Amino acid sequence: MVNMNRPLDLRKKPRIGESAIQALLFFAGILSVFTTLAIVFVLGKEALLFFNDPEVTLAEFFTSTKWAPAIGDFGIWALVSATLTTSAIAILVAVPLGMSAAIYLSEYASPRARSILKPLLEILAGIPTVVYGYFALLFVTPILRSLTGEDNLGVYNMLSAGLVMGIMILPLISSMSEDALSAVPRSLREAAYAMGATPFEASVQVVLPAALSGIGAAVIVGISRAVGETMIVAVASGATSEFTFNPLQAAETMTAHIARISGGDLSYNSIDYNSLFAIALMLFLVTLVLNLVSQWVVAKFREQYE
Amino acid sequence: MKENSIMQPEAPQYAIETRDLSIFYGNFEAVKGVNLKIEKQKITAIIGPSGCGKSTLLRAFNRMNDFVPTSRVQGEILMHGTNLYSRDIDPVEVRRKIGMVFQKPNPFPKTIYDNIAWGAKINGFKGKMDDLVEQSLRGAALWDEVKDKLKQSAYALSGGQQQRLCIARTIAIQPEIILMDEPASALDPISTLRIEELMQELKKNYTILIVTHNMQQAARVSDFTAMMMLYGETRSGTVIEYDDTKKIFTRPGDKRTEDYVTGRFG
Repeated sequence: MVNMNRPLDLRKKPRIGESAIQALLFFAGILSVFTTLAIVFVLGKEALLFFNDPEVTLAEFFTSTKWAPAIGDFGIWALVSATLTTSAIAILVAVPLGMSAAIYLSEYASPRARSILKPLLEILAGIPTVVYGYFALLFVTPILRSLTGEDNLGVYNMLSAGLVMGIMILPLISSMSEDALSAVPRSLREAAYAMGATPFEASVQVVLPAALSGIGAAVIVGISRAVGETMIVAVASGATSEFTFNPLQAAETMTAHIARISGGDLSYNSIDYNSLFAIALMLFLVTLVLNLVSQWVVAKFREQYE
Repeated sequence: MKENSIMQPEAPQYAIETRDLSIFYGNFEAVKGVNLKIEKQKITAIIGPSGCGKSTLLRAFNRMNDFVPTSRVQGEILMHGTNLYSRDIDPVEVRRKIGMVFQKPNPFPKTIYDNIAWGAKINGFKGKMDDLVEQSLRGAALWDEVKDKLKQSAYALSGGQQQRLCIARTIAIQPEIILMDEPASALDPISTLRIEELMQELKKNYTILIVTHNMQQAARVSDFTAMMMLYGETRSGTVIEYDDTKKIFTRPGDKRTEDYVTGRFG
């Protein structure tokens, strides 16, 4: 029974728990933004020291293709070329394979097959990258060398590192793409099938375009992982900075160079030390540009279903 | 076996018919022993209370139930004398002959033009696409409303327009039969009326089978009505009465039909 005699009180009441939760959630959100800003700040500050050095010019850094700090050559393209080459190989491996796996899992596989295959694929994502690195160097490279002839392919090469990096990001791309495909409403599939579409036509021409923004996000994350990946390239793709896009050659990526140089004896405020920050800033820039390009591509081709 | 799947030469009397059709989900017999002969170029309504297997029966005609992993069919569905469930039948080909319009409008997230062109394209249409698109949109009484925005997304249309677009893309693949699963239940009364008027136009060229919850709608639009009901210990749905719509709604032969159409239950 409602007590009709009780006075009606609709005034605002303080809800401390609610405000505290809101503050906590806001803090969690702002933390990542703050971290990013802090990183950019530190990179920028240290990189500025590097660019202020009389031995370096900005023009040389961005146009020269020779990187030899010992003799004062600081051309970033020698390192960028290796990063782009290994990443491109990785993406060329991971995107087609990952998307195919995702389409199989979401459109063709029986629930039983999916429940077995998906976790198996995700185990790949849990393997430490140093293991992948030696897998590339000690397993994949010898196979590639026996295929191409040992004269044509060195012990260290970008092809092997790129291929294995592709395998590393494959589960990431397939898992995220599968989520995006599964999120496409069943009614769209039914519409396609009811018009006499084959499973392949329905998946590739209706479901896939509708899931493209999610798949694009997967590819963006994959690219970022590939560009930022360090251990595999440090182990398998060599330690010579060389301006080349030839995957059969050895060349050092930006990340591998940072890892190798910072691992050695470096005095603070030396030009070598400062150059690492300039490379890191460039890495940041490359990732950013690739992200923007991918987002633009996705926005152009996606079909929004809501 | 082989002769069974090619078209019979003589013009068949019925568009499609079922013989002792039962549909199972696992061990559950959702629809039991249905015998229906659907007249050509007429509108046949399937009515009955919720959960009596109307949609399940409708989806058997274009083999959409194939997508339910545990579903299984007994009996036959015959179209031009061919059993649609015989082993050598390709469900993709079946769906090209038997189109379907769903309860909730489900246009593709493509342009209005591509919504219609896509089905024709995958079905190997070779003629002039622009003409087909116009003709299909006119057929669905939508042309005048969308002719200036064919390149816009179908999602910009209202619900009623989207549903007519779904009808337009279905007729673009030139099926013989159109299945409609409560095509107006998500629409407002005016859009509903337009769909019903459209159905009267469509039946000049197509055979229409419609599932509806709305008894007035069945009485308004259909020529024949099949009344479905759960019965027996297995609680399976079956057709308890199938006749002229007029007869079903004025002097039904079955007491349960009478109770249902007069609103005494259901």
